[in-house]
Amino acid sequence: MRRFLKTNMAIALLMTAASAQAEDVEVLHWWTSGGEAAALNVLKEDLESQGIGWTDMPVAGGGGEQAMTVLRARVTAGNAPTAVQGLGFDIVDWAKQGALANLNEVAAKEGWDKVVPEALQKFAKVDGRWVSAPVNVHSTNWVWANKIVLDENNIEVPTTWEEFTAAMDTLKAAGITPIAHGGQPWQEATVFDGVSMSVLGPDKYKAAFIDLDESVLGGPEMKEAFDRMAVIRANVDDNFSGRDWNLATAMVINGEAGFQMMGDWAKGEFLNADKVPGEDFVCIRFPGTSEQVIFNADQFMMFDQGGAVSKEQSALASAILSPSFQSAFNVVKGSVPARTDVSDEAFDKCGKKGIADLAAAAETGNLFGSTAHGHANPAGVKNAIYDVVTAHFNGEYDSETAVMELVDAVSIAK
Amino acid sequence: MSYAKQDTAIRTGRAVRIIIYLVLLLFALFYLLPLYVMLVNSVKPLHEITGGGMMNLPSGFTLEPWVKAWKSAQIGVEPTGLSPYFVNSIKMVVPAVVISTILGALNGYVLTKWQFKYHKIVFGLMLFACFIPFQIVLIPMAKMLGLLGIAGSTSGLALVHIVYGLGFTTLYFRNYYAVFPTELVRAAQIDGAGFFKIFWRILLPSSGPIAVVSIIWQFTNIWNDFLFGASFADANSQPMTVALNNLVQASHGVKEYNVHFAGAILAALPTLLVYVVAGRYFVRGLMAGSVKG
Amino acid sequence: MSNADFKTRLQNWLPKLVLSPSLLLMLVFVYGFIAFSVYLSFTDSRLLPSFGLVGWENYSKLWRLSHWKISLTNMGIFAFLYIGICTFIGLGLAIFLDQKIRAEGMLRTIYLYPMALSFIVTGTAWKWFLDPGIGLENVLQSWGWSSFEFDWIKDRNYAIYTVVLAAVWQTSGFVMAMFLAGLRGIDNEILKAAQMDGASNWNLYRRIIIPQLRPAFLSAFVILSHLAIKTFDLVIALTGGGPGRATELPATFMYSYTFSRNQMGIGAASATIMLMTIAAIMVPYLYAELREKK
Repeated sequence: MRRFLKTNMAIALLMTAASAQAEDVEVLHWWTSGGEAAALNVLKEDLESQGIGWTDMPVAGGGGEQAMTVLRARVTAGNAPTAVQGLGFDIVDWAKQGALANLNEVAAKEGWDKVVPEALQKFAKVDGRWVSAPVNVHSTNWVWANKIVLDENNIEVPTTWEEFTAAMDTLKAAGITPIAHGGQPWQEATVFDGVSMSVLGPDKYKAAFIDLDESVLGGPEMKEAFDRMAVIRANVDDNFSGRDWNLATAMVINGEAGFQMMGDWAKGEFLNADKVPGEDFVCIRFPGTSEQVIFNADQFMMFDQGGAVSKEQSALASAILSPSFQSAFNVVKGSVPARTDVSDEAFDKCGKKGIADLAAAAETGNLFGSTAHGHANPAGVKNAIYDVVTAHFNGEYDSETAVMELVDAVSIAK
Repeated sequence: MSYAKQDTAIRTGRAVRIIIYLVLLLFALFYLLPLYVMLVNSVKPLHEITGGGMMNLPSGFTLEPWVKAWKSAQIGVEPTGLSPYFVNSIKMVVPAVVISTILGALNGYVLTKWQFKYHKIVFGLMLFACFIPFQIVLIPMAKMLGLLGIAGSTSGLALVHIVYGLGFTTLYFRNYYAVFPTELVRAAQIDGAGFFKIFWRILLPSSGPIAVVSIIWQFTNIWNDFLFGASFADANSQPMTVALNNLVQASHGVKEYNVHFAGAILAALPTLLVYVVAGRYFVRGLMAGSVKG
Repeated sequence: MSNADFKTRLQNWLPKLVLSPSLLLMLVFVYGFIAFSVYLSFTDSRLLPSFGLVGWENYSKLWRLSHWKISLTNMGIFAFLYIGICTFIGLGLAIFLDQKIRAEGMLRTIYLYPMALSFIVTGTAWKWFLDPGIGLENVLQSWGWSSFEFDWIKDRNYAIYTVVLAAVWQTSGFVMAMFLAGLRGIDNEILKAAQMDGASNWNLYRRIIIPQLRPAFLSAFVILSHLAIKTFDLVIALTGGGPGRATELPATFMYSYTFSRNQMGIGAASATIMLMTIAAIMVPYLYAELREKK
């Protein structure tokens, strides 16, 4: 017992010693799965080579929701971490609270304004101040298809909604589940991103979900969007409810299902199963949205540590935006770099397509924030939309009621 | 006093006894089922699990998931496994359980043997505090810990658990001491024994059973707590449950269910141990205290 | 003041002195925080607390949300069934275990152990078990009972009952322990006397034993209702509130509005209503309990 106590005390002493070191960055994040964490380790080692320690503070759960709760407690206690993984409007909200540091100096030195797409800058640069460092750009209007299943059933890659429904019918007749889907609100909303874009088109998508224009939210196209959701609902298996997204991806990998609508993080599942893009599976844009990219981006917000940006924070920010890290990390993560000047050499076929799509969309004004992932509207509205989409998908509302409820829910949450 | 004696006066016939045994065994199965699912899947290779057959025995037995969960699973950026967090949990749980139990015992003692005018109201206030939903205290608690300068520390976490455990420990000890003969206390008082001496010499020696109840209750709740641990710990004090959650909830990527289950059982081992070892005293303690009027 | 005098005074004050730290902690950390939360419910707080008063707006928004009504209805169903079934199973098992059962110690431990596990992962085990694709339905069908169906967790009209099932699994053993303790405390002489008079076992239980378990019933009720109100991890792990919103409870609602949706004002309003409901149930009970005893 005594020895046990002694060891305990030694450990406690070691820990205080470690935390007393001045040059540490404490990083709150939710990337705890093998690949992501390993990629983040690259960043850690980079910093350590500059003599900056990394104190890891991982809190997983709910796509970052748990971490955001923790963040709130930490900020309230006056004990904010140095850097925090953040998404879309959460970053803007924190910046508006005056909690974030000003990274303009390092941004100017490294020319971020020129290389980061403008649509993304809206979430990294608030009121003229860079407050966070973007790590990647994900996109949600992807469809993942099992190529062998498509070939066996003589299905061409669908490019319109009509071709897509025809493909679903063919698969159903062949006894294959047309769509692999996991019944969780965020997954249904992710599908809704692509579906609503395909019906509304870019202008009305912006009017409805970014400007929250009630006439479009309650308009006839929105009903059509919900009708399409109902078609998709009719093409999933009976057992979809509550399924994790990666299990749905596994259904496509195993050939039990034909398609899955999911963000580009799904690619990692295919690669882990030794599937080759273009041969075993294909990545296509949701039919009718081939020119648009609906994005969400992970960033690291830098929290104000008493006035100035610390040396460690600018070192971290600069390391995050370095082309080598952007490439290394995003190859693993399935996303594409947050700066447009990174070589696509290390990426696979889908990654290359993602990079090209992003550049083209940014060029033509077709890059829009994802409703499902908090890049179109603030958390309250986002979740209000989840409520309606998921209630409709699960048969609680018909399309007409859903449209009415959508207008109502958004107005309460605004 | 003799506690959990097994002789009820009820007599039952052979047929009835068979039915009773059957029902008891059926329920035992019901309670064991999830543990079976967890155990059996924690010793299978991953492909056997994803291939279906949740209830099947493993065809390729392996202990690798257990080793991985303990030593090398990815919790944060480094593959540390659950082991470093175990120490954090112990450092938080032990003081919190000990202090809240001692305070509960003293409160129970005062509230039964040294009653004053408003003792019932005070007890009512403490009891009602058991019902506060923890989600609403997160923000003000964070502020308070910040003001006290113990935000993100193990002592801060311990304080939180002491505060929200006090209602229960006070309830247990109060009900236990309520049936303890007050005459003994009065007699000792007449002999000139003081407040603490009476507590130490007279009440404490017979408090074993209820202390067990209080310790089991507090230990289980604090060890399993996730919300406070996640919100009020920082990188150096994150408890086991937060690490387990990081292991299980990893957002993207392959879910290693076998490692998850192994980790879950590892995380639960201390509480399971407490239940198995102290379980028999638990019923005695409950009997002697909290369920009596 | 003489030394002895001081000592007596100290002795008089000591009990209150000993009690005061606990009382102070309670007043600040429980009642202070409740007051703070009630105050927040009248403000425009969103991401963090802010102090612009908005009157009853949060409450009127709250009652317009179908989400809130769903969680209240679910709470009613859940609390009623959970408390009822736990009490029934707990009492039944306790009575059966009290019949000089061999291996009682082992059975008791088996019944009790679920309390020791956290739902972060037992939730996953339950989720699999209830999932028709890989769980019970699949297993029984593969054993040849092809017409067997059990897909409640996927059905929004029945999903809340699966939450009840898992919750009962976790705590009914604990309730059993409380009743068993109560049974062991009953005086055998009365029973023997009644047996002499020819009372059947059924009547012994109905007339003599169960009425004597009243304190155990009350303790069980307090513990169970407190657990029912706080049920949170279980729902998150088992159904995540789904299918759709079919298994949302007030605790998940409050957490979601306060922390995920950045609508702290509405979250605080729901917390206030929850607390008032708890008070409406508990205060009369506490009052009766505390008055009865001397």
